Amino acid sequence: MADKKTIDDKTVKRVSVLSRINLTEGELGIYRTQIADILGYVSKLNELDTSKISPTSHPLKDLRNVFRKDAAKKSLTAEEALQNAPKRKDDFFSVPKIIG
Amino acid sequence: MNDYEIVIGLEVHVHLLTESKAFCACSTKFGLKPNSSTCPVCLGLPGSLPVLNEKAFFYSLKVALALDCEIQGLIKFDRKNYYYPDLPKNFQISQYDKPLAYAGRVEIEHGGEKKEIRINRVHLEEDAGKLIHDPGKGASYIDLNRAGVPLLEIVTEPDMRSPEQACAYLQALKAILLYLGVSNCNMEEGSLRCDANISVRPKGEKKLGVKTELKNMNSFKAVREALSYEAKRQTELLKKGRKLAQETRLWNEAEAKSVAMRTKEETHDYRYFPEPDLTLFTVEKTTVDKVRGELPELPRAKKKRFISEYAIGEYAADLLARDIKTANFFEETARLVNSPKEIANWLLGDVTSILKERKSSFDGSTFKPAHLAEIIKLIKSEKITGKIAKEILPEVFKTGEAPKKIMEKKGLKQIRDSGELTPLIERVIAENEKSVSDYKKGKKAALTFLVGQVMRKTRGKANPQKVNEILGKKLEH
Amino acid sequence: MEIKSCLKRIGAINKKLNAIIYLNSLAGKGVPIAIKDNICVKGEPTTCGSKILKDFKPPYDAYVIRKLRDADFALIGKTNMDEFAFGSSCETSCYGPTRNPWDPERIPGGSSGGSACAVAAGMVPMALGSDTGGSIRQPAALCGIVGMKPTYGRVSRYGLIAFASSLDQIGPLTGNVTDCARLLNIISGYDEMDSTSAKVPVPDFTKSLVPDIKKIRIGVPKEYFPEGGIDPDVKKAVSNSRDVLKSMGAEIVDISLPHTRYAGSCYYIIAPAEASSNLARFDGDQYGLREEADNIIDMYTGTRTKGFGEEVKRRILLGTYSLSSGYYDAYYLKAMKVRTMIKNDFMEAFKVCDSILTPTSPTPAFKIGEKSGDPLSMYLSDVFTIPANLAGIPALSVPCGFTKNNLPIGLQLLARPFAEEILLRIAYTFERNTEFHKRKPKI
Repeated sequence: MADKKTIDDKTVKRVSVLSRINLTEGELGIYRTQIADILGYVSKLNELDTSKISPTSHPLKDLRNVFRKDAAKKSLTAEEALQNAPKRKDDFFSVPKIIG
Repeated sequence: MNDYEIVIGLEVHVHLLTESKAFCACSTKFGLKPNSSTCPVCLGLPGSLPVLNEKAFFYSLKVALALDCEIQGLIKFDRKNYYYPDLPKNFQISQYDKPLAYAGRVEIEHGGEKKEIRINRVHLEEDAGKLIHDPGKGASYIDLNRAGVPLLEIVTEPDMRSPEQACAYLQALKAILLYLGVSNCNMEEGSLRCDANISVRPKGEKKLGVKTELKNMNSFKAVREALSYEAKRQTELLKKGRKLAQETRLWNEAEAKSVAMRTKEETHDYRYFPEPDLTLFTVEKTTVDKVRGELPELPRAKKKRFISEYAIGEYAADLLARDIKTANFFEETARLVNSPKEIANWLLGDVTSILKERKSSFDGSTFKPAHLAEIIKLIKSEKITGKIAKEILPEVFKTGEAPKKIMEKKGLKQIRDSGELTPLIERVIAENEKSVSDYKKGKKAALTFLVGQVMRKTRGKANPQKVNEILGKKLEH
Repeated sequence: MEIKSCLKRIGAINKKLNAIIYLNSLAGKGVPIAIKDNICVKGEPTTCGSKILKDFKPPYDAYVIRKLRDADFALIGKTNMDEFAFGSSCETSCYGPTRNPWDPERIPGGSSGGSACAVAAGMVPMALGSDTGGSIRQPAALCGIVGMKPTYGRVSRYGLIAFASSLDQIGPLTGNVTDCARLLNIISGYDEMDSTSAKVPVPDFTKSLVPDIKKIRIGVPKEYFPEGGIDPDVKKAVSNSRDVLKSMGAEIVDISLPHTRYAGSCYYIIAPAEASSNLARFDGDQYGLREEADNIIDMYTGTRTKGFGEEVKRRILLGTYSLSSGYYDAYYLKAMKVRTMIKNDFMEAFKVCDSILTPTSPTPAFKIGEKSGDPLSMYLSDVFTIPANLAGIPALSVPCGFTKNNLPIGLQLLARPFAEEILLRIAYTFERNTEFHKRKPKI
């Protein structure tokens, strides 16, 4: 697990791109420091030997196989689906052009 | 080409034929008004939650067992995180390290050689929506009807060694999926999609070459052409000593070439983690055994049985077994008349042509096995000729009437009676002096011509052998 | 409380306290209730305290809202909250902070600060909040009211705008334990739209309102009473409460929950990771804020940069980092394993006790602005509440005292999964034998 020193600007920048968030130079520095602090805090977990522990991905461990029967039910209308759309064209959501 | 070996792996996505989507109750019906089959779940609205479609799960299990896979003990779904406008939540519910099934196999046959293609994994995920691009307006339009439709992803090991083997695998896979009735497997409609990974290496080399991902192949033909093109391109580059870039290329059908996709700034970091909104899934061994036991006889087994049980050729057996409806039609007809070779010929020939023309299938067709059996019986008993049968066949499709009835109604019964034929033959002889003298001079072809003339006069109803016989006798004088 | 008097009270004091951010003045009749703004109410603004969801009106009701409507509740309005529920102070909302009715210079707690304030200030008799790391219990404690986080799976999450899917639960904030039980009756229950909804029967929780805790074993974990890091008034009030419960017949058992000190670290990996994925959908495509651009990537980035506040950005970056390639095993996977250890601590403890007693918050309400420059110190306010979310067990906070400055102190009770009845019983007994819940803020 990384400690403070190994979080660099490049990593924060890469993470911000992955998150689709723009950071100014100033913000980059601030977030880097704060995230490094937090990562330092959470690195406490390294004190524990978890080699024989199974992970908990769901709190209700015994809840398994929750299904839904395959049957089509009434949907929203296109109007309802589009009611919050910032931009629409007829019955489509309209977004700016997609590169690549 | 000979010094190099082509290595191909295929990744196939199929739409599962469920009524509702993978994680919500919206209809999967094709062709609805845009965004009219959506709900908070498949729109990815904040606060919505997924619930897994039971049939999608069991269809996936069926496929996994038909592909001879191992079933995962503890099945988990994961989030695949990336941003794209056809992905409402900006993550796809998919499976990462504990897919539903793994380590399976499909046997294919090509060029007389049998080969086993190993299946790396089979997993269930949700499809994305559809985008329509309007470059003129600098905009794109999103339709989320397709978002959430259940997709089965089937990935092979890089076991194929030629584009033809790849196509043989696709055919075999498609046949199995059609047999199970879990998908329409139609590449043109998009219910079956195929991406390929192809690399080339010097023969004997164990290490894999640099792999290229090949996308946008929209038919089996395109798959074969794209892979051939790519194999050639890569081999030529390697021969020149050039290095290949690991890239994704799109097949351009119109120009018959592959083009590199613009390189993306970031290689995908999907940040997979277990989907917390779905439970884990387990399949009891008793369930696995039950589903396996209920699998239908699969295409390869059926083909083998057709060859041994009906003594029809390999090629015919292969084609018949590809589609379960054709195979069933064949067997039902064979129960009614013991002429498997003839049945096969008719099915694979004229019947298939008519179905194609009518753009229909055996489902709900007016044409039944009893009809084909009757036609063959009529030919066998010499009541009609093969040629007449070809006339009657489309009528049966149109009207659903019994072939015998149509034969009688249209007066298509074969004429074999010499009493009926002789006057016609005499007339033909009288009207074709030149051909007669040609024949007498030794031109054998003239006889065929004269027989043809009799056939014309009888509108094909005359029995050719009989005509030949009588004509031959008459011309001997 | 009648709707009319609620509306009157809201009119008089909400401007000052900023608890209610959307008022449904047309609410007809029924029992008045306020709803935290991350719970979807059809046709009404549901913003999670964020610019990015400005004007978003869901086309559907959350499961709990349907249940409330069926039970003839009047949905009076939506309450303020930390943006997307990331916070313990209700300071990060785009609508500005909510103020503590006991001292308007102080925070009400968070993230359900608006709901807690509205109940404590008498604007509504009860409210719904959500709790991911303490967001119901901590504001309840800081505002001197009752707040409960039910067992994970007890209340459907369908319609709750997700923060951390494996930790979130909706729960009641009320002026007394009786109303808590009543509200829990209504909102609980299996929901087929939520795969994580437990198929367990819902008892009549009001039947637990029996002032008798004789022989009930209450565990007191030493890890929750550290030497430092806890306000002395808080420590004193909670210790006194333990004595009160003992005098009423409960058996006090000393226990240890050895992995308590790792809970915060564990939480601050898991919660931001899940949140970073849950908040990815906010991109301007279909609803909410959109910053137009000539291409889609710039539109997403522009929208999210403008639409999200600082704390939200911080947690998204943190969460994205810990899930990213190369870091997953060291962070997320590791945290999931420690989570198992923390849960096991509780399961072991519940072998020797029926409920566990702790302070809800290490400190009373701090001043607005006091911790907002230091994220880590803010995160430390959750240390006592976080473990219950990690373990998925039910937990409740009930008023148990006041500091020298007349700031409320909360007592936290924890129980086994689906044992809310024990919590209600102990809390009810405590309430019946104390007067803390009767004191009201002078506002």
